Amino acid sequence: MSFINKPKVAHPSLPTNALGLTRRQYEGSMSTLCAGCGHDSITAAIIEACWGLDMRPEQLVKLSGIGCSSKTTAYFVSGAHGFNSVHGRMPSIASGANAANRELTYIGISGDGDSLSIGLGQLVHAIRRNVNMLYLIENNGVYGLTKGQFSASADIGTQAKKGDVNQTPPIDPVLLALSLGATFVARSFSGDKAQLVPLIQAGMRHNGFALIDVLSPCVTFNDHEGSTKSYTFTREHYHAAMEADFVPPAEQIAVDYPHGESIPVQLHDGSRVVLRKLGSSYDPTDRSAAYGFIDGKLKQNEYVTGLIHIDETSTTEFHTLNKTSAMPLNRIPYEKLAPGSAALEKLMGRYR
Amino acid sequence: MPNLINVPGRVNDFVVKFANVNGTGSASANSLIMKAIFRMGVPVTGKNYFPSNIQGLPTWYEIRVTRDAYAARAGRVDIMVAMNAETYTKDVREVVSGGYLIYDATWPRSTLLQRGDITVIGVPLAKLVNENFEGVRNRILLKNIAYAGVLAALLDVDLEVINGLMRESYGKKPKLLDSNSKALHLGYDYAKQHLECPLPLRVEHMDKTRGHIMIDGNTAAGLGCVYAGATVGAWYPITPSTSLMDAFKGFCERYRVDPETGTRNYAVIQAEDELAAIGMVLGASWNGARAFSPTSGPGISLMNEFLGLAYYAEVPCVIFDVQRVGPSTGMPTRTQQADIMLCAYASHGDTRHVLLFPANPEECFYMAVQAFDLAERLQTPVFVLSDLDIGMNDWMCRDLKWDDAYRPDRGKVLSAEELAGLDKFYRYVDRDDDAIPYRTLPGMNPKGAYFTRGSGHNQYGGYTEDSAEYQVVMDRLKRKFANAAKYVPKPELIGKGDNKIGILSVGSCDGAVREAIDVLARQKIYVDYLRVKAFPFGLDVESFLSLHATIFIVEQNRDAQLRSLLTLETAVDKSKLKSILSYSGFPMSCEPIVAGIRATLPDAPWLSAVTTKSPR
Repeated sequence: MSFINKPKVAHPSLPTNALGLTRRQYEGSMSTLCAGCGHDSITAAIIEACWGLDMRPEQLVKLSGIGCSSKTTAYFVSGAHGFNSVHGRMPSIASGANAANRELTYIGISGDGDSLSIGLGQLVHAIRRNVNMLYLIENNGVYGLTKGQFSASADIGTQAKKGDVNQTPPIDPVLLALSLGATFVARSFSGDKAQLVPLIQAGMRHNGFALIDVLSPCVTFNDHEGSTKSYTFTREHYHAAMEADFVPPAEQIAVDYPHGESIPVQLHDGSRVVLRKLGSSYDPTDRSAAYGFIDGKLKQNEYVTGLIHIDETSTTEFHTLNKTSAMPLNRIPYEKLAPGSAALEKLMGRYR
Repeated sequence: MPNLINVPGRVNDFVVKFANVNGTGSASANSLIMKAIFRMGVPVTGKNYFPSNIQGLPTWYEIRVTRDAYAARAGRVDIMVAMNAETYTKDVREVVSGGYLIYDATWPRSTLLQRGDITVIGVPLAKLVNENFEGVRNRILLKNIAYAGVLAALLDVDLEVINGLMRESYGKKPKLLDSNSKALHLGYDYAKQHLECPLPLRVEHMDKTRGHIMIDGNTAAGLGCVYAGATVGAWYPITPSTSLMDAFKGFCERYRVDPETGTRNYAVIQAEDELAAIGMVLGASWNGARAFSPTSGPGISLMNEFLGLAYYAEVPCVIFDVQRVGPSTGMPTRTQQADIMLCAYASHGDTRHVLLFPANPEECFYMAVQAFDLAERLQTPVFVLSDLDIGMNDWMCRDLKWDDAYRPDRGKVLSAEELAGLDKFYRYVDRDDDAIPYRTLPGMNPKGAYFTRGSGHNQYGGYTEDSAEYQVVMDRLKRKFANAAKYVPKPELIGKGDNKIGILSVGSCDGAVREAIDVLARQKIYVDYLRVKAFPFGLDVESFLSLHATIFIVEQNRDAQLRSLLTLETAVDKSKLKSILSYSGFPMSCEPIVAGIRATLPDAPWLSAVTTKSPR
């Protein structure tokens, strides 16, 4: 339960990162989600990713809407400010926060209900506005907190625990993001931490809106036969097309990838993502090819995972377009913001 | 000519109304006349009655020349410049007996002559313009300038002043200056040759506009946001608030762009809707920027959800509600004060919000700055309740002044050093016993981290479903709101305060109330007037209500919302409160106030009951 404080005592032998911090220091309060919830694995991957990036905890800003997924911002990096806003409206809070301070790292945690139903409009416009943030959808196809209604990501024919069969087509966040021109689109599975951690790291470092759709089975309401978002179904049908390694700016690429099989992509801050193709031949920097590939696989009931699309050449990031000053707006001294009495007196001439 | 007994030679005291078709460029001609009169030292007001439409519908502009500097709508029309054939019939009816109607006599209209008690002046404007200019669009635009020339001759407006204004507008475009100046003289010379100039209603130089400007409230509020140091503005376009953000953006382009790098010290975000606009404002404010959103009633309706979050999670934010006529879409281009209750209690659950009521553009400027100081001091939403009349019409105001010693009150935000010296930070603990907690900004120190939430929380910022913990926070919020009365601007008292009758009002009713007080005083009826500038109401409001036997609450809505708020939030005996309401959508004139007060006096039984509708 979240009101029980976890002891922050760490064993001296625990490994530390460049800041001298252990993984424990990137944890948050205790999760109140159901035992075995996929969301908790994602939380663990975020902790690992932040620790691995040597991120100062206060550098991170955690944002969320309402729902099971949105509660998880309390469960990682307790040294970061968190904003648990209202249902479906996290993107606007993130956009405003990011406008005020472009230097921090923003991670938004949302769910399929929060993002694809009540918050679809805000998600779409945050993508379009290219807000520099990592937007993670913990996608389980179901409304957990209200006990098991279908969400907009539920597949046709999927059966609810109480027996109803879904007949309306799903909204796929990956196809949605691709169609809107998002510059970083990935999909993963909560049970695949090895894939998820570098994706999260790359998404945080990407200069622009990074979307990761994480299939995250709901053990209580959507982990039964008849569900296409259960652990069993997901394990059987997910298809890792791309494996990503995240390489921080300071490090050399340690492993030599076979020619033609790997695609190193340089990120804005000098770090790199190295993508290894797993059996397919599409180019993740080609948005339309990625769209066609994912769409085709979805029709065969296959969830392609990995970094599906990345575009590091885009110049549409919000602050780039806005020509915002390098100094965050919330730190500009007042003296530089107010034109002063002499300017006002001069301006009055315009109104006579 | 009919006899003019009803209109004595009224120098610097009359109303000219222009009936036009919208989208034909009449606004520049109308404001040319208004500004010229203003520059002659004569006080004026300009009211624009326009349709919610881009082109082709009727639109009116009313200039009140007022030597006594009254700010309200006069409620009468002395001279009608009838340039819209579609509305002739209506326009001719509106002219006061003894008044004038000017129309384009290129196509003579015998129906216009049916009123024997007004003077109809025909000028072949289209003919004059068509003989002298080419191009359909050009002719339409210049016809407006031509009637301005006619009017200049009839009213004796100083031609040199008009020429000066035109040089300022078109100085860099000699061709435009030439054609406009030619069109002006076409009208002017025609009038001088064919008409009896000037009319008994005319303008004479005065010296009553020195130190004053003509400005609309949205421009002034946008400028106030710049001076307040606001850096993030998020909005969704909505009439009549749009020009506020346009102004902010314009001023920022002038004052906030680094001349060397071209980078901007501001961000204006056009959101996808008002829900997102207020979300962006909250995100930015929470993160330490001064942020605001201008909107109108429908936008406030959409923002309710987030406003409750801002109240409960104590996130500062500033909202300008430029009120228009409701309910629903209502009449988007007409004015009202019908969002008072909506804003005071916006959102579900127990919430109450700080409201500021500017009465004119000048106050929009200063209250914009105050709003940010209050929002950050109190860590809560602050509404500036302007309206269409203030926001979009040109008002004569004193020059805006700025004190360079001003520094923003950022409220209780812990600095990095303070955080470093702190053992542990708790977001909602009342450390100073003033019901205002401390807040921290992201990015400074992990010790300052806290979890902002709209769900139940205790004073330490933790999630709670415990009744006692929940109530500690809710009770403090109640105290905080009560304390806010000490921070908000005090009401303004006009009169000695010892009359039996009081008037209490807010915002743009001010001009009508002040004029009504003068009219009543001439009839030996004396009243006190308290203009409330903010909610929560303070002790001054309480004592005004208790010291007066009868208090007239003057406001521009049907349901007496201000009166309702007073009965809910003060100890007043509500039978003492009488309503004078104007909700026609047009700015209030003094007439219903005078009539309403006189009707209740025992020595004036012949007057009818309280007028509840403002006549056109």
